[in-house]
Amino acid sequence: MTNERIVLSVEGLKKYFQIRKGILRRVVGSVKAVDDISFKISHGETLSLVGESGCGKTTTSRCILRAIRPTAGAIRFSTSDNRNVDVASLTRPELRPLRRQMQMIFQDPYSSLNPRMTIADIIGEPLLVNRVGDLAARRRRVAELLDLVQLPRAYMNRFPHAFSGGQRQRIGIARALAVNPALIVADEPVSALDVSVQAQIINLLLELQERLGLSYLFVAHDLSVVKHVSHRVAVMYVGRIVELAPTKNLFRSPRHPYTEALLSAVPVPDPRKRAKRIVLAGEVADPSRVPSGCAFHPRCPYAVERCKQEIPQLQSVEGQGMVACHRANELVLAGVATEA
Amino acid sequence: MQRIPRAEPILSVRDLKTYFRPDEGVVRAVDGASFDLYPGRTLGIVGESGCGKSVTARSILRIVDRPGKVEGGAMLLRRSDGRVVDLAAIDESSSEMRDIRGGEIGYVFQEPMSSLSVFYTIGNQLIEAVRRHRKISGKEARHRAIELLQLVGIPRAEQRIDSYSFELSGGLRQRVMIALALAAEPRILIADEPTTALDVTTQAQILELIRKIQTERDLAVVLITHDMGVIAEMADTVSVMYLGKVVESGSVDTIFHAPKHPYTQALLRSIPSVLAEPRSRLATIVGSIPHPYARPLGCPFHPRCQSAIPGTCDKHSPAATALDAEHDVRCFLSSELAETDA
Repeated sequence: MTNERIVLSVEGLKKYFQIRKGILRRVVGSVKAVDDISFKISHGETLSLVGESGCGKTTTSRCILRAIRPTAGAIRFSTSDNRNVDVASLTRPELRPLRRQMQMIFQDPYSSLNPRMTIADIIGEPLLVNRVGDLAARRRRVAELLDLVQLPRAYMNRFPHAFSGGQRQRIGIARALAVNPALIVADEPVSALDVSVQAQIINLLLELQERLGLSYLFVAHDLSVVKHVSHRVAVMYVGRIVELAPTKNLFRSPRHPYTEALLSAVPVPDPRKRAKRIVLAGEVADPSRVPSGCAFHPRCPYAVERCKQEIPQLQSVEGQGMVACHRANELVLAGVATEA
Repeated sequence: MQRIPRAEPILSVRDLKTYFRPDEGVVRAVDGASFDLYPGRTLGIVGESGCGKSVTARSILRIVDRPGKVEGGAMLLRRSDGRVVDLAAIDESSSEMRDIRGGEIGYVFQEPMSSLSVFYTIGNQLIEAVRRHRKISGKEARHRAIELLQLVGIPRAEQRIDSYSFELSGGLRQRVMIALALAAEPRILIADEPTTALDVTTQAQILELIRKIQTERDLAVVLITHDMGVIAEMADTVSVMYLGKVVESGSVDTIFHAPKHPYTQALLRSIPSVLAEPRSRLATIVGSIPHPYARPLGCPFHPRCQSAIPGTCDKHSPAATALDAEHDVRCFLSSELAETDA
């Protein structure tokens, strides 16, 4: 399935945003958007980051692409010429050659394509920016890319407004693939699409991964979509990873109470399977006022005194993956069955 | 499991037609929708973008934006005093319609931020809604507003009543919207994508709340969504819409376990599920939803349908065929060639 060559290794990543107030813009506090997270992605693997709004999943992806500078931690990327570089510490000019190897697919196919550019110019832009080939070579590459995302070559000279949401997302994918990246960061790539189109794009992403050996960091809130694309899943809650496990294990037998609650809250498309849901009290904690101890403890039905005081560390548990919960070894939590 | 519908529907929609006529032509946003609402039961209307589900809701409330207009059909509402009025026939700005809107039919929309005023506290808005439909003093109305906030599960309602909508989280705002919708004690609640903008744990809370209030008040609920999971969870009966037509309707169990329309079948196969095998391919529906101006002739689904009959489905529009008391399908595969409009 995947070989063990690590493409990306994130170690102790932190991103704090400062809150400033008053005329002097004094720092009055900070939002710990991402607070000490670590994970690896292998060649050909999909790792999904899931969680609710404000959990830090998008901030993490933006740090990896260096759209923003992390506060602390290392982001080691294995380049195509087998060097290992820490993206977090590079300067802008040093980042330039690396940007070809990490590309992004955006959520909103309507606002991520420039309406004044033709499809050929949009898909060819990364080639132009990275000074790859001459005009004729770029046109040939664009044609190849359109084949790859299953769009007719004749669309090359049209403008984005002529296309549906699904077709635009295919164009966005073609643009990301133009420079042969090793890693694709996809932030909610199907959440703005209609169901019937969503399925086409999910299948396309799976096919492209197998053909081109891509690694995906897939950021999403929809656990059903995540189950269809991921090899492994990291669940985030208020800036931290609370559980990281192979997809099947995580869904079948979650080890963190938050994962259990998330799975339980997903509506199942079968009226014969209406189940008693675990409805969590309260709301996702405000990342500028993170609760003491385990951030999930005020909403956790299993919380004990220790959870209020001590932050649980992400640790390996037998037969699963990693879990950050003081009671991981004693709790028996419910997951969802996989149907044949 | 199956509840028997009570004899008297509270609202009967028959052959509703809402068309938009901009300069470029005509968009048949809703083209012949029929359904009934019963107290204590939930009708789910499901479909993808452009299917007309939201316009259906807005047509019932008579708040369709220009250049749209309810152009045909009937919407018979049995009012609390026993009179039956046709919502399609009365003037949309008449005092009777304003009475019904909010009074008999409460509504909740997707975007709680744009539906609530930022200039008034949520208390001001709730008190206004309460007093709009009932003659009570300001003090009583404030008391009633606090009760409503408590009903929808807002903690510290006595203090929160003086906050502004932007001070609340998305989940709390949606609760306020529901409180507003319930202010005049309506008998019908229309909820258009009420949880789409919310996180999944918050969604579970809001769905639970709608269910609880429905049971307590014997509300007839119309739940409009694109999410088949939410439909499976909440609805008693389901109408599946595609390009302005109700292509199939039936009990929730029939729709999910014995669907007859190729669109319903394909839609169900294509949805990602948490029950699926990891990294399994999904069945897809070919093509995409046509542009509203380029609606295909005949059955609107035929260009994407695997079982389309050449010469029939691309030429004629199928009529609704009743397969049993509750199950209707608009498809030539389920009917004799019953030609309606060409």
